[in-house]
Amino acid sequence: MPDTANADLVARDQAGLTAAALSSGTVGRAPARSPARRRRNRSWYRLISPVVVVVLWQAASSTGILPASKLVSPASIAHTAYTLVVTNSPTYGTLQESLLVSCGRWAVGFAIGIVVAVLLAVVTGLSRIGEAAADPILQALRSVPLLGLIPLFIVWFGIGELPKVLFVMLSALFPMYLNTFAGIRGVDSKLGELGHVLGLRRSEMIRHIVLPGALPQALTGLQLSVVASMLALVVGEQINATSGLGFMITQAQQFLNNSVIMVALIVYAILGLLANGAVRLLQRKALAWRRDFGQ
Amino acid sequence: MAPRLRAVKEHSAERALVSPADPLAAPATAASVRGLSRKFGDRTVLHGVDLDIAHGEFIALIGRSGSGKSTLLRALAGLDREVTGRLSAAGPVSVAFQEPRLVPWKRVLANVALGLRAADPEATARTALGEVGLAERASAWPATLSGGEAQRASLARALVRDPRLLLLDEPFSSLDALTRITMHRLVLNLWIRHRPAVLLVTHDVDEALALADRVLVLGEGRITHSSLITVPRPRDRDHPDLVALRLRLLTELGVPAGETD
Repeated sequence: MPDTANADLVARDQAGLTAAALSSGTVGRAPARSPARRRRNRSWYRLISPVVVVVLWQAASSTGILPASKLVSPASIAHTAYTLVVTNSPTYGTLQESLLVSCGRWAVGFAIGIVVAVLLAVVTGLSRIGEAAADPILQALRSVPLLGLIPLFIVWFGIGELPKVLFVMLSALFPMYLNTFAGIRGVDSKLGELGHVLGLRRSEMIRHIVLPGALPQALTGLQLSVVASMLALVVGEQINATSGLGFMITQAQQFLNNSVIMVALIVYAILGLLANGAVRLLQRKALAWRRDFGQ
Repeated sequence: MAPRLRAVKEHSAERALVSPADPLAAPATAASVRGLSRKFGDRTVLHGVDLDIAHGEFIALIGRSGSGKSTLLRALAGLDREVTGRLSAAGPVSVAFQEPRLVPWKRVLANVALGLRAADPEATARTALGEVGLAERASAWPATLSGGEAQRASLARALVRDPRLLLLDEPFSSLDALTRITMHRLVLNLWIRHRPAVLLVTHDVDEALALADRVLVLGEGRITHSSLITVPRPRDRDHPDLVALRLRLLTELGVPAGETD
């Protein structure tokens, strides 16, 4: 256990980490760059309550009000994180290695899920035959609780990487598919008429009118897909994993090491915030034509 | 764009189609309509309308709301596949809609160049924007344009295709009175320079009187009145011929004298 002075230092580090994560999460909502000073002031105020919570948490832990067996202190979490980064323990491996494995699983599953969802949505959104063929199946599948599929997935695909990636993929697929499909169907029919009057070919109509028109809702779908696939990653990774953050958590559970579990959860949270921030940035760039997104 | 010659499919056996052997091979008119009918359910909106639009002629089509004037325009634009009768147009047809219908995710220049089959679409579009006085807004997003600017962009997009028939569907109805006057002048200038035939659908009798060579009144699904206007432009709205015609048209529209103004 670090001494009190150290603990304070670490607590402040911890708060800084949370603060950085928080402000990265709010980037999308910030209005414009010009009143930068006012914005900085406002985000600064937003940091007060998380910092207070962490300080109180640390105080409760240091004074023994909060027993370490239930919830470890922020300082000890930071210490554990540091240890996990610098030492390659036989039980847990290193944090960065686990992070890489988990990110890889998520990225592959997410990317495949999004690509498949967009392709399916384009087919079902643009043709009545495609809709009649694929949409009922997708609607039926989406009402199956994905978490309930885990036992079946183990039977079908074993306990290797495949079921985990597939699980992430399916979780990303449905929100993206449903929103992109609705976005395509929701494109203003008056713009379709305009395209007809301007003599657009079918491919031009899709490229210039249909897909850009569906983009706002598709990006909302992307945001929901990020959340759902992150959740799927956390759950899916804990099935007989031999590597990754999920493996770290199951190992820590066996050794009753709450601190490691907390570190893994915080890393998941940061990953989620970063992914969400990336989507918001994408929205800002791609939807610049909307007046409410500002200049 | 290739000249369009279209025979509309026969919708039902109830209607006898006009002489199917009329070839219209050398189109003497910019557009020709024969026996055009349209039903929405049980309601017949157009009752066998006949209309010829001469090359370069400026026609204003007026009528009360629901009289079918927009239906006729949409049929000429090729946007209505449920009409019966015959339609033909001598060349490219362009439309400017009531709402400007700019594609919101394309900048003004890209909107004008959209679907344009020219050697250099961008340069052609830029010239068209210059003609409507919107050159400096070429890279603006449509959402940032004023109502008048948006309609000018829409006009540029219609004219850049060098149409033989320009269809204007109440394009000025949502503009304020001052902007409308500016737009009338602009449309007349563009029409004089490019000389397309124009069919302007409007419910504004004064607008029709200020712009058109010929005013048609549509009522009960038929063309019930047609007047030629020979008063030279720019027109003084108090010109005795126009005052007399205004009363006449208002009566045709079912507005008794004295109810307006």
